[in-house]
Amino acid sequence: MTEWTPLDPALAKVLPTGEPVNVSRRGFLGAASASALVLGFGLPVGAARAQAAGAAPAVVPGTRVPAFLAINPDGTIRLQSPFAEGGQGVWTAMAQIVGEELDADPATFVVENAPTGPDYQVINGKMRITGGSMSVRSSYDTMRRLGASARAMLIQAAAQRLSVPASALSTQPGRVVHQASGRSLSYAELAPHALDLPAPTTPPTLKDPKDFRWIGKPQARLDVRAKSTGKAQFAIDSKVDGMLHAAVQHAPRLGLAVGKIRNEAAVKAMKGVHSVHVLDGAVAVVAPRFWHARRAVEAAQVDWVEPTGASYRPMPATFSTADHAAHLATVQGTEEVAETAGDVAKAFADAGAKGTLSATYHSQYLNHAQLEPPSALARFNADGTLDMWFPNQAPDMFLAEVAKVSGLPPEKIRIHSPLLGGFFGRHFLYPKGNPYPQAIELAKRVNAPVKLIWTREEEFLRDPLRPMAAVRFRGAVDANGMPLAIEAVSATEGPREGIADKRSGEIDPTALEGLAGKSYALPNKRIAQIFVKSPTTVAYWRSVGNSMNDFFYEAFLDELADKGGQDPYAVRLHLLSGNARLTTLLKAVVDLSGGWKRGPFTAPDGTTRARGMAMASPFGTQTAAIAEVSIADGQVKVHDVWQAIDPGSIVNPAIITAQVNSAVALGLSQALIEEAAYKNGERVARNFDGYPILTPDRMPRVHVRIVESGEKMGGIGEPGLPAVPPAVANAVSRLRGQRVRTLPIGTLS
Amino acid sequence: MIELTVNGQKRQIDADGDTPLLWVLRDDLGMTGTKYGCGIAQCGACSVMIDGTVTRSCVTPVESVASAQITTIEAVEADPVGARVVEAWVKHQVPQCGYCQSGQVMAATSLLKQKAKPSDADVEAAMTNLCRCGTYNAIKAAVRDVAGLAATQEHGA
Repeated sequence: MTEWTPLDPALAKVLPTGEPVNVSRRGFLGAASASALVLGFGLPVGAARAQAAGAAPAVVPGTRVPAFLAINPDGTIRLQSPFAEGGQGVWTAMAQIVGEELDADPATFVVENAPTGPDYQVINGKMRITGGSMSVRSSYDTMRRLGASARAMLIQAAAQRLSVPASALSTQPGRVVHQASGRSLSYAELAPHALDLPAPTTPPTLKDPKDFRWIGKPQARLDVRAKSTGKAQFAIDSKVDGMLHAAVQHAPRLGLAVGKIRNEAAVKAMKGVHSVHVLDGAVAVVAPRFWHARRAVEAAQVDWVEPTGASYRPMPATFSTADHAAHLATVQGTEEVAETAGDVAKAFADAGAKGTLSATYHSQYLNHAQLEPPSALARFNADGTLDMWFPNQAPDMFLAEVAKVSGLPPEKIRIHSPLLGGFFGRHFLYPKGNPYPQAIELAKRVNAPVKLIWTREEEFLRDPLRPMAAVRFRGAVDANGMPLAIEAVSATEGPREGIADKRSGEIDPTALEGLAGKSYALPNKRIAQIFVKSPTTVAYWRSVGNSMNDFFYEAFLDELADKGGQDPYAVRLHLLSGNARLTTLLKAVVDLSGGWKRGPFTAPDGTTRARGMAMASPFGTQTAAIAEVSIADGQVKVHDVWQAIDPGSIVNPAIITAQVNSAVALGLSQALIEEAAYKNGERVARNFDGYPILTPDRMPRVHVRIVESGEKMGGIGEPGLPAVPPAVANAVSRLRGQRVRTLPIGTLS
Repeated sequence: MIELTVNGQKRQIDADGDTPLLWVLRDDLGMTGTKYGCGIAQCGACSVMIDGTVTRSCVTPVESVASAQITTIEAVEADPVGARVVEAWVKHQVPQCGYCQSGQVMAATSLLKQKAKPSDADVEAAMTNLCRCGTYNAIKAAVRDVAGLAATQEHGA
């Protein structure tokens, strides 16, 4: 016997209701949709008994089919995704994975972002975030089993309908088939019958990967047409009845408070203004139209005052990024060692001054610069509940914070998580870095729903930044000119500790990943951090520590190769000897580029060019990249980037190729032009005019080769980035005969 | 009151004449396909066509287009060239996050309406909208496809 387990109430609330809800297992029908017939499951008997006995039912994330799947009468399949779609293609990947085992064409899926709740904590069965390039690799098995469970259920229903044993049935996409009689039933026909059946008591058998129909194929993305016709809805597009708009002016330095608004009466009297509000570190204007709110809040003349008590990372009035870079390069402090091998001191002694090299490298602060500015819409309802719409990569984590800020219990709060207009790490919980607390406060004060948009200028002021670092390297070469030792000491603060705003008691892995964790068999190494708290707020940024640390390491490795009179390709092959996977990968990118050709050489168009290479091991995936560059009028032109990527095994090669293109663009953007600079404690630039990002004319051709080693599945969204900046820097260094040690490369003299 | 012609329909708008067209479209007319990205004509997410020419609506005072034909992404498929551009966007799987793509499609449609056979230089000069996801190669391939130019752009291998 199976007993119906109520769906997570949050799901029922978030879905449109069109019919009365019965207190029965079919009650789910009404909650799911006015017209949907829903494939239903019960919990395994043990769990149901525990529930009947009064114990809280333990939800095993990713197992309760009705929380994820609904089969509509038209045959479309609605899937609640535990992961947010922000361009990385995860909704299509989820449809491929579930569809594969369900035996349903992924093109028939309609994917939505799931509400909060325990069912969707599918990352290793205990967490829900969209980040760390974790989505597919952490939920692959779970989502396959989910699809297989649903398929088994449909087969059971068909067995009853056709009065044949389940073992006599098979499936074709969207249908259960009885081969012997030629009869078949569609999933849509079977869904209501499946609802009344017990759940399978044994785990369903998963397909042999050699029989995959969709996994591993370049399935078209599900969201492309909507995104090509303006129909895709982002958080900033959210609208509810009676909604007012809000805009804010933040303190120019974090931590400053509003003293007074000198022209408050004049601002209140401006056309279209509903009300003016003093918030924590900001002034807000609420208006029926956003344009009026924005114009008024920007007209506000505010006296900002220094904080009196403790505040989160107050920005000093003296801070400049130029001074901070100099400080990071020279600061003395405890060197916390993350990784060692061999005997570094002896290696340097053996190499002597002649075989030893020192250099200091720098990275810069970066904005996420996702094109959709952050927004938050808050609506307090008459029944005491709160609905919120805002971009986020972790709905349940935000739910907990919204509960604190609003004073409501979590069960009275619904978090809506629309499509993300880019994220790159922007939409995690960041103290002082998300607009939702302001929207909640304003909605309370004006007693109406409020949608707050941070203008680009306010966003660039409060966007927490990719940390900057200075790395002091020493390297030694042996008698053959091959690398013997590398010591790297990075003065920085990792984003994990920076966001928490406290030391964790151990080295923050996000500070050093890419300096530590390199795959080369270097006999002697010492990788350490000098912790230096960033005066800015900091954040995860696509590929996190790897976004800068692989630049440092791979560029210095080329420097060391030059020191030893060795070719960088030969050096890398040497350091990978015995590592078949990475040797194969490096050779693959060399092959893809038509053979290793470091240059400088003269291209057919008469320009002088050079190539650089680099490797990285980020997020469980292995990458190798080669870039070809020339220089004209002080500007680096990147003509081609070749990248070989080995994520172990794959779900969608077309999306991987697109993600590598995307990562190349972001990697180039930071390598060539981006820098979030401060002077006198204030941002130098607060929009794209002063903080340019990569433009179409600077996009290189990108050539991708996917290598499936069959190793454990790695990530896709971020791994394509880290090898790009060092490949470019190494090419530029070769071309100029002068090392690039600081990003961005900018204009060369 | 200002009378606008948006996607062939006359609309009466109660807005200040200096209000950017972007906010009239989004907040007064509820047409949210046109996006706000920067507000200073840098990114192009707000691109619409004014009398067939791509225009950044975030810096276009609504009073300046009162007598013009305004075309937004919501009506792009009603234009034969726009419909071909959308099909090319689908064929080349251009969008990633999609936020800039309304503007990209409008920019491409405007280019191809004015010049059915643009040169590479024309494409480069016309397609200047920013895309943080880096879909530039796919955009170029899609535009070249509609233009009938050889597919020399490689964004895969």
